[in-house]
Amino acid sequence: MDLITVWFVLLAVLWTGYLVLEGFDFGVGMLLPVLEGKGTERERDTKRRTMLTTIGPHWDGNEVWLLTAGGATFAAFPHWYATMFSGMYLALLLLLVTLILRNMGLEYRHKRTDREWVRRWDLAIVGGSFIAPFLVGVALTNLVAGLPMTEHTMGTTKYTEFDGSLLSLLTPVALLGGLTVTVLCVAHGAHFLALKTTGEIREQARGIATRAGLGSAVLAVVLFAALGAQRGTTAAWVVMAVAAVALLAAIAANAKGAEGWAFAGTSATLGLTVVSYFVMLSPNAINGRGDSADLTLAAAASSPMTLTIMTWAAVVFTPIMLGYTVWSYWIFRRRLSVDHLPQQHAVATEAH
Amino acid sequence: MDVLDLARWQFAITTVYHFFFVPITIGLSAIVAWYHSRWIRTRNEEHLRMAKFLGKLFTINFALGLVTGIVQEFQFGMNWSTYSRFVGDIFGAPLALEALLAFFLESTFLGLWIFGWGRIPERLHAATMWIVHIGTVLSAYFILAANSFMQHPVGYRINETTGRAEMADFWAVLTNPVQLVAFPHVITACYLVGGALVMAVGLHKLRQNQTKGGPSADRRMYRHAARLGAVVVLVAGMGVAISGDLQGKVMTEVQPMKMAAAEALYDTPPAGECAPFSVLTVAGLGGEDPKHVIEIPCLLSFLGTGSFDGQVRGIADLEAEYRASFGDDELTQANTYVPPIAMTYWNFRLMMATGFFAMAVGAWVLWATRKDRIPMQRWVFGIIVLTPIATVLGHSFGWIFTEVGRQPWVVFGEMATHTAVSPSVGTADVWTSMLVFTALYGGLAVVEVRLLLDYIRRGAEPFEAPRLVEDDQPLEFSY
Ligand code: HDD
Ligand code: HEM
Ligand code: HEM
Repeated sequence: MDLITVWFVLLAVLWTGYLVLEGFDFGVGMLLPVLEGKGTERERDTKRRTMLTTIGPHWDGNEVWLLTAGGATFAAFPHWYATMFSGMYLALLLLLVTLILRNMGLEYRHKRTDREWVRRWDLAIVGGSFIAPFLVGVALTNLVAGLPMTEHTMGTTKYTEFDGSLLSLLTPVALLGGLTVTVLCVAHGAHFLALKTTGEIREQARGIATRAGLGSAVLAVVLFAALGAQRGTTAAWVVMAVAAVALLAAIAANAKGAEGWAFAGTSATLGLTVVSYFVMLSPNAINGRGDSADLTLAAAASSPMTLTIMTWAAVVFTPIMLGYTVWSYWIFRRRLSVDHLPQQHAVATEAH
Repeated sequence: MDVLDLARWQFAITTVYHFFFVPITIGLSAIVAWYHSRWIRTRNEEHLRMAKFLGKLFTINFALGLVTGIVQEFQFGMNWSTYSRFVGDIFGAPLALEALLAFFLESTFLGLWIFGWGRIPERLHAATMWIVHIGTVLSAYFILAANSFMQHPVGYRINETTGRAEMADFWAVLTNPVQLVAFPHVITACYLVGGALVMAVGLHKLRQNQTKGGPSADRRMYRHAARLGAVVVLVAGMGVAISGDLQGKVMTEVQPMKMAAAEALYDTPPAGECAPFSVLTVAGLGGEDPKHVIEIPCLLSFLGTGSFDGQVRGIADLEAEYRASFGDDELTQANTYVPPIAMTYWNFRLMMATGFFAMAVGAWVLWATRKDRIPMQRWVFGIIVLTPIATVLGHSFGWIFTEVGRQPWVVFGEMATHTAVSPSVGTADVWTSMLVFTALYGGLAVVEVRLLLDYIRRGAEPFEAPRLVEDDQPLEFSY
């Protein structure tokens, strides 16, 4: 494999890591208002806190996969980085604002206990958890479905520049991509909660997981059909088929109470969706819409020297990073229930 | 304002803002880790209480450093796409390495520290905070390597066919002479901030304790913090001054125009004469005839070259030279090669002033808290508020000096700033993002400051012996 392909694959790995990991913490965020149940304010708050504690030590590390994908795109494919982020300017702005507010919610929610405070940050967490995966889905689908672009030259290199507007990102297939990723994250988050909690939350998470799983299966099939019709190759069809099978297997495993397998199933679906996207992109970094020019990987790439250095860095440091990441998941492996929560951060229910 | 002005304003606003939190994160993480390990060594309860107390202030601050950092990661692509295309080959690598090596480390181990009470063996637990600190320092190293390339490009070649800069020697990029002096300067200045913060909080709580009559253990604890902070300020302050002096020398060599602008030195002193250091100038920073009211003879020569009779070149000379060598290439053409002089001049002085001020306060705190004394005068409160703020602003002044003093270049000698901006982004887009970021950041600043003050008011919690939590017992820490 040449280095350009290596880095294309590594970017697929980074996006896979991002969606699989932050995917479940988005899912948990979206499920807070659903799984808090019907009890008193205090009981609902305790359930929310239990769910948040399952992702507490991990969500920041999960998000770093996105930052690394951004940095790696910059290093390995500068034209891709430049075209994508200047082209999707306002959409990216919205994503950044969403992530900022959601992260602040996750950091600050438990810093005070008065109601208004807790409610506002909860809103940021829940809202952010819906909007962010939607936007990520829209963005990735657009790369595959194609963006309006014009060709320029720098020296002898041909590269392309986005020449549409915010509206050109909002095509039906891109919106469908956003919706599918969002619903998949709900199912994925529900599997995670079923795996990491005991008691009522666990039972109800399993119920939601089945419904969200079926919903995302329908959406995914339509999405794959639409994208495949446009860009499909044999390899892409195979990957998409496997992704769909993994999703069905996850639904079945969840119905049988095999929570670990169910979580593995939606992880595979999210990962394989990314893989199918990258298969449909190759050999381009961004597909051109209609007649407009593609941005090819070859034109977008850095020099062989940079790619070599980055490859060595990835070979040496990725295993270390994976090692301590796995270790931290191991440390916090135990299931949680509402009875495990100390009361120090419980919401103050009497009016202030 | 056109896209270029807007993009510059946006970059300046968001980066300076990000850098309010970064020095606190770097400085405070070291002090929290120190207190935590100290407790394991001495079993002095006050050390653990202090580690937890400062740890809370740390996490409140970290949140903002983190969210504003996310914007940084994507900004170059959003507003500076031509720049990203031109130098991505070199500039992207440290950014990607920063994420892979530093951000994963920081975020994972901070999660372990916050949620690890009762779940990880105690030595390992204290180590997690040290690892967070190492992560923040690594992060600073890579980002400064990227910035140093912009100040003084090394280890690259221009590919004539593609017209882009390409990596030739990555080791040279990582050991750029500018980087080797900037890194110790920034890190010591971060410790200065951490020390100033702990000193101020300690002193404030000490005085409160005296007024309200709290337990004597608390008094001992806060006195310790105030004095520890003061020592850190003094030691770090010396490091800042020494490394800053070295930076001045490297800068005079690689960016003589920046030094000339920092001194408003318009004309090169005649051969055989040395250059004076101007302490205060009242007028003329925009024109050709500055009125330096206080000058120290020959000091600039010493700062710039290490010798009192060294030659420092003036603006007029350098401008003529740059015009001749850079005037006819599209990427390097600029209307003027002189950076805004007043900005450079004043920010340089303000930066140094904050350091000397903090060191003076540090020395005074050590003296005023000797043997069981507590300085109770009213004006001391002003100092408590001012000192940490001054040191954080010292960073802002220093960066504004460095970045504005580099103008008109975005990459010195290779690319002028006005050519670097994204061609596909319109003024409406940048207005939108700039207003959104400014409003959002402003709002978050208010929330964060209130929260910090609230936690400082509450003070350290009473001691509770940590225990390892069994599987069926409640956690020590949760949401
Ligand atoms: C509290 C912060 C603080 C304090 C007290 C000082 N500095 Fe500083 N200085 C910085 C914080 C800083 C900084 C923000 O960290 C900068 C910006 C870029 C850099 O590398 O460090 C900086 C840059 C910077 C530069 C520019 C380097 C360049 O553009 O290439 C010089 C020459 C100095 N400093 C010199 C000094 C001297 C001689 C000081 C005191 C005796 C001093 N600094 C105190
Ligand atoms: C964190 C500390 C930093 C601060 C406070 C800072 C501040 C600034 C300021 C004030 C400007 C505007 C200059 C002007 O408009 O004349 C600027 C420009 C810029 N800086 Fe920095 N900077 C910092 C670090 C960095 C780093 C680490 C990088 C690169 C990794 C960088 C890259 C840039 C770029 C690309 C511009 C835009 C071009 C320009 O207007 O000069 N800066 N920065
Ligand atoms: C202008 C270029 C910069 C970029 C692209 C950038 C990027 C980022 C990002 C993405 C984060 C969040 C990490 C997380 O999620 O944990 C972050 C935080 C951080 N950055 Fe920056 N940064 C820039 C400037 C700087 C500079 C100049 C320094 C240091 C000298 C620095 C030091 C840090 C540190 C120590 C943190 C972690 C601590 C905290 O979050 O408060 N950054 N940065």
